[in-house]
Formats: sequence, C-alpha cells, structure tokens
Amino acid sequence: MQTTVAALPPRHYLNDGFGIRSWLFTRDHKRIALLYLATITLFFFIGGAMAVLIRLELATPAGDLVTDETYNKLFTMHGVMMVFFFLIPSIPATLGNFLVPLMIGAKDLAFPKLNLLSWYIFVVGGLFTLYALISGGVDTGWTFYTPFSTISSTSKVVPTALGVFITGFSSILTGLNFIVTIHRMRAPGMTWFRMPLFLWSIYATSLIMVLGTPVIAITILLVAAERLFHFGFFDPAVGGDPVLFQHLFWFYSHPAVYIMVLPSMGVVSEVVAAFCRKPVFGYRIVAFASVAIAVLGFLVWAHHMFVAGISVYAAMIFSVLSMLVAIPSAVKVFNWTATMYRGSISWQTPMLYAMGFIGLFTIGGLTGVFLATLAVNVHVTDTYFIVAHFHYIMVGGALMGYLGGLHYWWPKISGRLYPEFLAKLSAGIIFLGFNLTFFPQFVAGYLGMPRRYHAYPPDFQVLNVLSSAGASILGVGYLIPMAYLMWSLRYGRAAGSNPFGAVGLEWMTTSPPPTENFATTPVVAWDAYDYKGEVEGRVA
Amino acid sequence: MLPDAVEHHHPALAHQFDSLAQQREAAALGMWVFLVTEVLFFGGLFATYAVYRWWYPDAFAAASHELDILLGGTNTAVLITSSLTMALAVHSAQLGRRRLLLLFLIATMALGCVFLGIKGVEYYHKFVEHHVPGPGFEFEAAYARQAQIFFSLYFIMTGLHAVHMIIGIGIMLAMFWMSWRGRITADYYNPIEVSGLYWHFVDIVWIFLFPLLYLIGRHA
Ligand SMILES: [Cu+2]
Repeated sequence: MQTTVAALPPRHYLNDGFGIRSWLFTRDHKRIALLYLATITLFFFIGGAMAVLIRLELATPAGDLVTDETYNKLFTMHGVMMVFFFLIPSIPATLGNFLVPLMIGAKDLAFPKLNLLSWYIFVVGGLFTLYALISGGVDTGWTFYTPFSTISSTSKVVPTALGVFITGFSSILTGLNFIVTIHRMRAPGMTWFRMPLFLWSIYATSLIMVLGTPVIAITILLVAAERLFHFGFFDPAVGGDPVLFQHLFWFYSHPAVYIMVLPSMGVVSEVVAAFCRKPVFGYRIVAFASVAIAVLGFLVWAHHMFVAGISVYAAMIFSVLSMLVAIPSAVKVFNWTATMYRGSISWQTPMLYAMGFIGLFTIGGLTGVFLATLAVNVHVTDTYFIVAHFHYIMVGGALMGYLGGLHYWWPKISGRLYPEFLAKLSAGIIFLGFNLTFFPQFVAGYLGMPRRYHAYPPDFQVLNVLSSAGASILGVGYLIPMAYLMWSLRYGRAAGSNPFGAVGLEWMTTSPPPTENFATTPVVAWDAYDYKGEVEGRVA
Repeated sequence: MLPDAVEHHHPALAHQFDSLAQQREAAALGMWVFLVTEVLFFGGLFATYAVYRWWYPDAFAAASHELDILLGGTNTAVLITSSLTMALAVHSAQLGRRRLLLLFLIATMALGCVFLGIKGVEYYHKFVEHHVPGPGFEFEAAYARQAQIFFSLYFIMTGLHAVHMIIGIGIMLAMFWMSWRGRITADYYNPIEVSGLYWHFVDIVWIFLFPLLYLIGRHA
C-alpha cells in the first residue's frame, strides 16, 4: 500500500518558480491556498493573543489586569479576528482552494485570477481591521449591535466594519469560484454522486457564502452610513428599529456558523473513510444533509433574538426551525459512527481530530438544541453557557476539523510527513485543553455568570481558574503543530503520493502535485471511497 | 459547433479549460451566480424599505412627492434604451460585426452617462432643498423624523445603484478596448455577453427602484 518514494518528485508546484513575485502573482490554486494559510495563521494568533489576555483577566474575580473598556475591546477584536479572518476562510480558502480542483480532476479553479484577487481583497480587509485594532480598537462586540455601534460607541467602528465588509467580497468570490468549478470543471466520469463528500460540504458552504455574505455587506454599509453621515436606518430617534439590524445581521451570521462547520464535516467524512478503510455509510444521505444544513441554516436566524422583543409567535416558529437543524447534523454523526462500525480503524492523527470533532460537535450541537428551547434560552441568554456552546461548535467543531484536515492533506500539500508522535501528542493536548477551558463555562453560565464583563462575583472563581488553566494548555497545543509543521517543510520525510493509502483523485498525483495537477486528465470510473476496489491498480 | 482545432487551441482559451464551450459556460454561470449575490445585496435594502414603508406609509408618500417624477421617468426611459443598445451590442458581437459592436458599446456608455448626469442634478436639488438626512434635514413637521428614513433609503439605494452604473460603464470601456483590439470575434464573445448580463441586471434594479421611490401614492 505505502509506495516507497525516497524523494520529492523533481517537478512540482512548489519549485515551479521561486521568489516573492512567483507567489504574489501566482494563479495556481495550490499556491493561493498557501498564501491564505499563512495569512489566516497570522490572524489566528492575533485573535489568540486577545483570548490569552481575556483568560488572564478572568483568572481573578476583580477587574485588575485591564480596564473595563479595554476588556470590551479585547473580546470584540477576538471575535472579529476569529470569526471573519480565521474561521470563515479557514477550510474553504486553504484546503478548499487546494483540494477542489484536485478532487474533481481539474487543472485549476474556473477563475484563477479571481481567486488571486480574492486573496488580495482578504488582505486589504485584514489591514483595515488591523488598523482599527492598532489605532484604538473597537468595543461593540463582534455583532456591531445598533444603536450602540451607530451612536454611542466612540471606538473605531467604521474601519473595523469596512474591514469586515471588504473581506466579505473575498468570501463571495471564493464561493462563486467553487460553485462554477464544481459545476463545470469535473473530469470525465466524475458525476455528482461520485464526488468526495468534502466537495458536497464545500458546495453547500459556497451556497451560503454567495447567498448570505451580501446581506451582511449591505447591513454593515448601512451602519457605516448611519455613523458617518447620520443617515437614519436603525436609529430610534427618527423612527428606526435597532431590532431590524439584528434581523439583517443574523440572517448572515447564523448561516456563517455553517460556513465554519460544514467544511469540517467534509473533512471528517474523508478522514473517517480513509482511516476505517470503508466507504462512508449512507453516502447520499450525508451529501444531502450538507445541503439541508445550508438551506435550513437560512431559516433560523431569529433564535439569537428571543429576548430582543420579537413576537412570541415568531419566537416559537424560529425555535422549532432551529431544532430541525439538529436532524441533518445528527444524521451525519450517526453515519460517521456507522462507518466506523467494523471498520479497520487506524488511530493516526487526522483520525484523532475527527473523533474529537464528532464528540465535541455533538456536545455543541445538543446544547444548541437546549438554546433553541425558548424557556432555557431566556434563562441562559448572554451567559457563559452561550459562550461555551458556540466555542464547542467553532473551536471544538470547526477548528478540530481544520487541524485534522491540515494534517491529513499536509503530506499532499508539502510532500513531506509530519512527526506522527508529536502530532498525536498535541492532538491529545488540544482535546484536553479545550474541554478544560470550555466545559466549566457551561457550568458558570448555567449558574448565571454573564458574558462580556471583566469582573465577576468570587463564587465563580474556581470555574474561571479551571478555564484559564485549560486555555494555557490549549495555547501550548496550538503552538506545537505550528512548530513541527514548519519543521517538516524542510526536514520531514518525503511522503510519496499516497502515504495513508487513501482513495480519491488527489492521492493519484504526486506529492506535492505538479502545477497542472495531473499529467493527463483522469477519467473516473468508480464511486468515492472505493476502498473495496483495487486501490493499488489505481495509484498512478 | 466549431472545428476541433479552433475549439481546443483558440488563443482566447484559458489554460484551465478544455474547450471554448466549457469556458463560455463557466463565464456565464459565474456571472449568474454573481447576480444572485447582487440580488441579495439589494435584497437587504428592499427588506429594510418594506419594513419602514409598512410602518410609515404616510411619511413615505409625503417624502416620495418631493422626488422629481419627470427626471426620474426620463432616467427610466434612458436606462431601458441603454438595455436595448446593450442587447444589440451582444448581437453584433455574435455576428462578428466589429464596427457595429463598437457603435453600440459607445451608445450604451453614453446613455449610462446621461443617466448619471440626470441623477446628479436630482441629488443637487435634494441638497439645495435640505432633503439630505442628518442635522440639516428639513421637512414638514408631521413627518420630519420618518421622512429621514425615506431619504436615507433613497440616497443609499439610488447611490449604490449609481455605483453599479459607474462600474458598468467601466466594464463597457474595457469591452470597447477589447473589441477595438479585435479580441472579440464570432468565436469568442463571452466577455460582451457576460457584461451584458450585468448591465441588464443594473437596469432591472432601477425598474424596481423607480416605482418604489418615486410613485408612492401618485395614483390618488
Ligand atoms: Cu444561530
């Protein structure tokens, strides 16, 4: 199974041109993926630094490390950085960019120049937000709620909002590129139902990017116009409605959660199949579940507004619709579990992350059902219960999937193997650190600790110390992969084209792949995850 | 259908595509997806408009009467005509008639500029009449507050539409340049076709904006 290859192929996309210009003007989707990877890693560590300060402040009940205003800015910038500049682009812009053409047997995305443009747009948006951060920060929370953001706040709302606005276009263009590529660029024989499930996830994600992002773009523009020119859209002084802002904001920002988590689900499907050596149980159902999540995700936004004064009938409907999202999500969890049943499971690093995803996403998803329940929601609104819930989805779910995918395809991306023992160790550290950080927050929130304060009653200190201790473990867990992945770029053993013995077109070309991806356009005559077939015969 | 050699080795064929047909389909689908994005972009504005018009019908009617129906109507006619010249430009490109194509592109751009000029005059009138929302806003006392919402929507909706027009004229300039250089042929005209889709879309947005903003309560 493991092809013995001692060295990297003589010609691949990484040595096809050197120097800064060959990167900044590249149209190769694989290089653009790496540009994104470097950029979002930077934003991840900036957002992470904010989290470190937040957890340090909360180690003691008194607000003694930073002032309350600084604290407001810390959690705002942490949210803005992590949501818009890390989580949303994370898998689509890196692994998606790298893998979509490879998985369908194409030479590149449909619009390579547009792809490069979207990275530049992302960088410009990021620079706006960094400027806002350096020149004083913003204190509205990542949700920019009016009228505070339009009238009261004296912080850098407009530069931050414009940063998010600009970055949105990068997201839209990426989604558009993926949709067109998947529709029009599939290799001969690569039918929709032969596509890897990762592509179904990316396709569903792209739909959300294309349909949702423009709504938040216009919403942010309205906030900026209200703040800059005193236009009245949400200002109660002229009869405007701040709750309308919340409707428009969450119309995007709830589906945005699925932009973060659907791609991770795609990664988990690939990884579970590869490390159980079985096709994913109920392929079509898992594929349709991705689309169902994308569609249902657009119908639940007002569950963020149960206490904002919406009518009780609206609240009841949104409550029921929110619970419906649990169905396709649970279908996926059950189908992954069924795939593992009687599989020959090998516990390598990507599989550990996939298992972490399944467990933590389940907890995050089930607490989401609690929150969709009106009575419970009112009780825990704006407490740490919410904070814990969405970190289980976004960090326990989305980030675990991202790290799992990064490890799984790292040999393909870099052509080299990462150190397996260290990787397993850090996966364990991250899992432990994550749970220690966020599980106590469920308890603190349920007991009534509100979010977004820099001080709290001493009764909550034990839980907060646990959480801060967990955060430091988690931080170490993130630094180790950062270090060994960089190390492996130079010193890792050459991986060979298919180190995990997986099936899928991306494993049938060299690692790293040549710039044009495949020597000849592949012709597909088999289903995805054909682990029972003659894998050997197909490895080029 | 083109002969195989032209289809697969055309100078306009980008490296990632196998054939001109595939390239053309991808470009058209890409533009349609982009237009869906635009529908949702303006959709957020139309939703906001719907809420406030529902809440404040009288203020909206009163404020709407301040808009110049003659200038707005003229602009509607100008834009519809520009859609005709655009369609004729695409048709000329399909037939490979370069001079006709250049002519219709110029006509489209000129009509777009006329539209923007008239829009500018209207904006100037609103500025003089203190109908720009903000501290200097003046309106009959009964609706002084809510009329600001109408004019805020008026400026942001027509303003964003105008931005789209400016971008459209920029695209037409690029199309003119490509056609001038002879890069648009009967085999390869998708840039014109796709730009036409965009131009028609921007026109359609105006077709919705005009009645919603200018014609409230005019039937009475
Ligand atoms: Cu939500």
